[in-house]
Amino acid sequence: MVTEVENKIISKEEILEALHHVMDPEIPTLSVIDLGMIGEISIEDAIARVNLIPTFTACPAIKFLQQKIREKVLALGFINVEVIRDDSITWNTNRISELGKKKLEQFGLGIPQRHGGNFSLEDIENSSCPHCGSINTTMNSLFGSTLCRSIHYCFDCRQSFERFKPL
Amino acid sequence: MQAAKELLFKMADDALIIGHRHSEWTGLGPILEEDIALSSMAQDKIGHAFALFTISHEHFNDHDADTLAFQRNENEFKCCHLVEYPIGEYDFTIARQFLFDHAEILRYELLAQSTIEPLARLAKKIHGELKYHVLHANSWIKRLGSGTDESHARMQAAFNITYPLALGIFEEGPFEVELKDRKIFAGEEVLHRIWEENVCELLEQAHLKVPEVKNPSIGMGGRSGYHSEFLPALLEEMTQVFRLELGVEW
Repeated sequence: MVTEVENKIISKEEILEALHHVMDPEIPTLSVIDLGMIGEISIEDAIARVNLIPTFTACPAIKFLQQKIREKVLALGFINVEVIRDDSITWNTNRISELGKKKLEQFGLGIPQRHGGNFSLEDIENSSCPHCGSINTTMNSLFGSTLCRSIHYCFDCRQSFERFKPL
Repeated sequence: MQAAKELLFKMADDALIIGHRHSEWTGLGPILEEDIALSSMAQDKIGHAFALFTISHEHFNDHDADTLAFQRNENEFKCCHLVEYPIGEYDFTIARQFLFDHAEILRYELLAQSTIEPLARLAKKIHGELKYHVLHANSWIKRLGSGTDESHARMQAAFNITYPLALGIFEEGPFEVELKDRKIFAGEEVLHRIWEENVCELLEQAHLKVPEVKNPSIGMGGRSGYHSEFLPALLEEMTQVFRLELGVEW
């Protein structure tokens, strides 16, 4: 009876698979899995609990994502799904997966490099260009069109681009 | 626990009020990037206020964040006078942002070791975000301080007003000893000392003078609920929509 719902057994893997289809509303090619926003998942008595790790403190998407995750996981057949905001893990950009970074570049955003937990001014300023790959770029503004982006310019392909900034 | 709540409230109120002030630049920034920067920082600050109020709500049995932000009287606010002043011209906004955010980032650095666990966790998180605010302020101080005669004169004039007001950030409350003893927070005196060192060094590099503070009572009182003449009008505007229909779901 534990994970059996309507005579079928739902595993954590199926929940993870479903979460691959919950996309960030501001970067619609990136899922909550790609972003490293999913913490612990547990299943008990046909109820699923999913821990969601918030990104930026003031990110307005968090309630929206809680709702979307609930809908997607409920659709697997659970009686109830709780999406719990997990503040015990401090999210940083190192949590974005390799696939996630590829998707960011395809979307046209520069990617944040890995850092040792304490990123520097150079980490913030130096970005490779998502269009041509050049590192001959400069940062124009620390703030971009969403909280998680900065604005840069590439001297080689002469295009402005935004970047998912290191946090 | 009264001491912890006192600390949470003054931090949250500072963030909420300066966030509201920054948001007044939306649509009016001198260049597009600055319009975006001030709007983004406003969003961050209001998010930080929300997170701090939420700690008080979840761990100290307080009202929820919306009630705390929108339904208190002026004398229940604990923000410092510096954050209450109107945005003025861009020089004023940038000088204030510089002085405030240098204190803010240090405060969160100290709080990363707080014995109030949710606050320590939040402090670590917010610290990274504040780096962007501090860098923003630093780069403008440097450019404008060592730019043209006019930009230099304007920045100096802005600091002559904002620097004495900024000392109100470090006004001590009734729980300083308890906060230190319980290792919740290292205290305003420590914070003030490190802030002064950092800020003075950067001002000097930008060829700006650290203003002399002639009247140390200027900018004081906010932490005990006595505010500048500018707060009532701000609260009136900030709560206008909320008061239209109390309890309504948006």
